[in-house]
Amino acid sequence: MSQTDTVTDTGEIASVSGPVVTATGLTAQMNDVVYVGDEGLMGEVIEIEGDTTTIQVYEETSGISPGQPVENTGEPLTVDLGPGVLDTIYDGVQRPLDVLEDEMGAFLDRGVDSPGIDLEASWDFSPTVSAGDVVEPGDVVGTVPETVSIEHKVLVPPDFEGGEVVEVNDGEHTVTEPVAVLDNGEEVTMHQEWPVRQARPSEEKFTPTEPLITGQRVQDGLFPIAKGGTAAIPGPFGSGKTVTQQQLAKWSDADIVVYIGCGERGNEMTEVIEDFPDLTDPKSGNPLMARTTLIANTSNMPVAARESCIYTGITIAEFYRDMGYDVALMADSTSRWAEAMREISSRLEEMPGEGGYPAYLAARLAQFYERAGRFETLRGEEGSVSVVGAVSPPGGDFSEPVTQNTLRIVKTFWALDADLAESRHFPSINWTESYSLYKDQLDPWFEENVAPDWPEERQWAVDVLDEEDELQEIVQLVGRDALPDDQRLTLDVARYLREAFLQQDAFHDVDTFSPPEKTYEILTAIHTYNDEAFAALEAGAPIEEITSIDAAPRLNRIATQEEYEEYVEELEAEITEQLQALY
Amino acid sequence: MKEYQTITEVSGPLVYVETDEPIGYDEIVEIETPSGEVKRGQVLETAESYVAIQVFEGTEGVGQDASVRFLGETLKLPVTEDLLGRVLDGSGNPIDGGPEIVPDERRDIVGAAINPTAREYPEEFIQTGISAIDGMNTLVRGQKLPIFSASGLPHSELALQIARQASVPEDVADEGEETEFAVVFAGMGITQEEANEFMDDFERTGALERSVVFLNLADDPAVERTVTPRMALTTAEYLAFEEGYHVLTILTDMTNYCEALREIGAAREEVPGRRGYPGYMYTDLAQLYERAGRLQGEEGSVTQIPILTMPGDDDTHPIPDLTGYITEGQIMLGRELNSQGVEPPIDVLPSLSRLMDDGIGEGVTRADHSGVSDQLFASYAEGKDLRDLVNIVGREALDERDNKVLDFAEAFEGEFVDQGFHTNRDVEDTLDIAWDVLSILPKNELSRIDEEFIEEYYEGDESVAGDETETEEAEA
Ligand SMILES: Nc1ncnc2c1ncn2[C@@H]1O[C@H](COP(=O)(O)OP(=O)(O)OP(=O)(O)O)[C@@H](O)[C@H]1O
Ligand SMILES: [Mg+2]
Repeated sequence: MSQTDTVTDTGEIASVSGPVVTATGLTAQMNDVVYVGDEGLMGEVIEIEGDTTTIQVYEETSGISPGQPVENTGEPLTVDLGPGVLDTIYDGVQRPLDVLEDEMGAFLDRGVDSPGIDLEASWDFSPTVSAGDVVEPGDVVGTVPETVSIEHKVLVPPDFEGGEVVEVNDGEHTVTEPVAVLDNGEEVTMHQEWPVRQARPSEEKFTPTEPLITGQRVQDGLFPIAKGGTAAIPGPFGSGKTVTQQQLAKWSDADIVVYIGCGERGNEMTEVIEDFPDLTDPKSGNPLMARTTLIANTSNMPVAARESCIYTGITIAEFYRDMGYDVALMADSTSRWAEAMREISSRLEEMPGEGGYPAYLAARLAQFYERAGRFETLRGEEGSVSVVGAVSPPGGDFSEPVTQNTLRIVKTFWALDADLAESRHFPSINWTESYSLYKDQLDPWFEENVAPDWPEERQWAVDVLDEEDELQEIVQLVGRDALPDDQRLTLDVARYLREAFLQQDAFHDVDTFSPPEKTYEILTAIHTYNDEAFAALEAGAPIEEITSIDAAPRLNRIATQEEYEEYVEELEAEITEQLQALY
Repeated sequence: MKEYQTITEVSGPLVYVETDEPIGYDEIVEIETPSGEVKRGQVLETAESYVAIQVFEGTEGVGQDASVRFLGETLKLPVTEDLLGRVLDGSGNPIDGGPEIVPDERRDIVGAAINPTAREYPEEFIQTGISAIDGMNTLVRGQKLPIFSASGLPHSELALQIARQASVPEDVADEGEETEFAVVFAGMGITQEEANEFMDDFERTGALERSVVFLNLADDPAVERTVTPRMALTTAEYLAFEEGYHVLTILTDMTNYCEALREIGAAREEVPGRRGYPGYMYTDLAQLYERAGRLQGEEGSVTQIPILTMPGDDDTHPIPDLTGYITEGQIMLGRELNSQGVEPPIDVLPSLSRLMDDGIGEGVTRADHSGVSDQLFASYAEGKDLRDLVNIVGREALDERDNKVLDFAEAFEGEFVDQGFHTNRDVEDTLDIAWDVLSILPKNELSRIDEEFIEEYYEGDESVAGDETETEEAEA
């Protein structure tokens, strides 16, 4: 959050009820940031009615009383953008949590404000323009090595006019010193501010054509998401939303990751803080933290800041998109965000809609996901923001408003399933309910970059799993032994698809990340078993013998092999040999 | 301090008072009735000329003639190490006839949120001596792991067994560690009988000396229940992070706590959420459950075992549902297992410990632990599905492999889970018993376990499916 010292007006607190405070005598506009009470707690104007201004306060309001002052900054809620955003963990209004810890110890106190980036730190600026060049909004004037992985591009802010460069200052500078000066007097610094509730401008939005590779078999293999795409992960508690999102944050081939812990557990954020610096980004070989920004507004932190953390995150994502990067944003959980809206709305005594949520729930969700996409940036480059939102439906019931309104917008649906989770089938993505509307538009990429028959192999797997689903219904009535041999064999193959292909152990050093090539190899190895087994059956080999060859169970072990190519080759040969020996 | 006699409305647990000075949100209030009874309350809403107060001890006897004093501060609890061994009521007043408590400090009971950067990720294995927990839903120091129970199920016995048996194996504990265990117990709306069950056990085992007990009984005021767990957690945090104790906090019964929240919400005429519980119940519960954990550079820890009874045995009810969304797993008790006499009747499939993975494995428990646990889950889930099928088609319709899975499920419940409330198994025993029951399954079924561990621990018949003698045995 950027700091402003200006006070445009002062009023007085009239009432306090939890995170909602009203003030009188304050001249303010919607979404102005205000400082509330003697301790100067940060808040935002959310309603104006006559002389009464209603404010949501981003910090605890215990002890605050009527009569205390309210100061208006006259500015909307903004984030600080510039080098230093990466490798940092923020609260919901972009206060760096390590700075807060330094100032108030292990427990979060209130009334401490801090800029989102260190305004005193200096960075080594290398210009890419020289005096005489003409620059427009969105153009790059130079670069800064922000982390070992990421070169930070210093952009002419979108709200500048642009013009001819008259001065360039290379070398070490703080983020507030001008690094380029234009002929109209505009000074470009490494620091920008942007109002969080407003999307950063871009030139155009394209149809995504490249997958965001997740390194997760069921996702890349069956339900892929595009770079610039949207996905929802709904599931009851304990079904694997957070692990799935953390897997994406770790292994997806995005350039930048923005991870928002919105109203969830403190320890989950701590885990990320502890793990990410030691994990290696498969793309760059550098520590994962070097491409990551974390936003943590845990469930016990103030509810109003939970409402804003989503916006803080997406604005940061857009900023790196504007530099031409592929950004992946994870929001865990969008339901907590929606509940924060509901809580504030009910304190405002707004008319509740379905499930008590405000009538604007659907619109807010749509606006948020709409900020995802593959874009042409202002200077004509490509950049993308992919958005993956967890949804936590009450009672695990997907018919509730947040899930339903989300599904109307997102194009990838990874439905988590409590029964799968209970039997420790992870990721517990239900393969009959889930879908990806990007599948077809991403096929050419997979054909070209992984295997020409990628779509056919996937379709084969889907067909077998569908057939298993139907057969299971019969089995539930008559038992497996009553099925004809070929159907029993299909069940056997489907079981390998589930255990060797769909299941993936996030906690196994090797299995946690499955490159698309490996995903493909596992699939084709099962397919080989399928073809050889059916050939054996047709040649008269007994089904019991076919399904009990001892090479087949080793299909389940491919996933954990580091040198999987060799393993698969030998295994396929052995399976073939053992099956052909039966006839 | 100004006294007001300006009560304008009394409604359920709420009292509205006209004021002519600014009153702080959340401030503590004393209300004195004409008969001299003093009740405490808290400011729920404050405006220029009136405040809304929630009265902890109920509003009986409060009328327009009562006088109201605003204490100018939020609710605080005197804390000291001397609280160990003491029994207090739900508002923190001693009820054990012991000496007056001389506080070291007075702490705000609401408690501030722990900054995630200051936390230390919990990963120190606690051995509870209970196979279904240690083997498959491992508890670690600083975790919040509730027991999801239902009326008539032995959750108290289980909580007590954990409290009695919990220990940290020597090679897991930090070098030269001398940190002590303490128990903080908060009873909310529980019966005298339940309370006695805990107190007697604490006394018998000598645990009382290292315990602090807060009791809000079933006939105590309901609104007081909203402060009892906060008092307990404030005490727990003090003992853990000031005095260096490893504190096990038992909160029972969270269902009664939530009911009190609902009552206050209804009295305020708030728009209710699911099944009448307040829309902010998630946030409210999170403010309790998140007060567990470890801090970097601090010796102690707060481990939470909240207990709740699921209304109608329904785990989608808002109380278990919201709890499960906040806590780091849950231990689920099963009615069916209980009626079969399984002790403790832990239904492992819907149970979960999210912090298990970092707390187990080589050097801590055993290298095969994670694979064994996954295999137990997978095979038991399959066994339970098969049981449903057997009910329809009979056991004869199953092939040999399926029959073995059924035998496994049987043995798993009978030998692994049903250990009794007074058996303390170390984790080696637990894993050995796991292998005993897993060895009922054909070897190549154990796809979740690394081959090297199968070589080392598998004791079953190596024969593959199709072996005739094996089938007859299984059917015998
Ligand atoms: N891919 C996976 N591999 C191994 N284990 C997994 C995987 N996904 C989930 N799990 C297991 O499931 C547990 C619960 O997962 P997770 O915490 O992600 O659930 P969640 O859906 O986020 O729940 P909540 O809504 O309560 O936050 C994890 O602690 C882990 O044990
Ligand atoms: Mg989660």
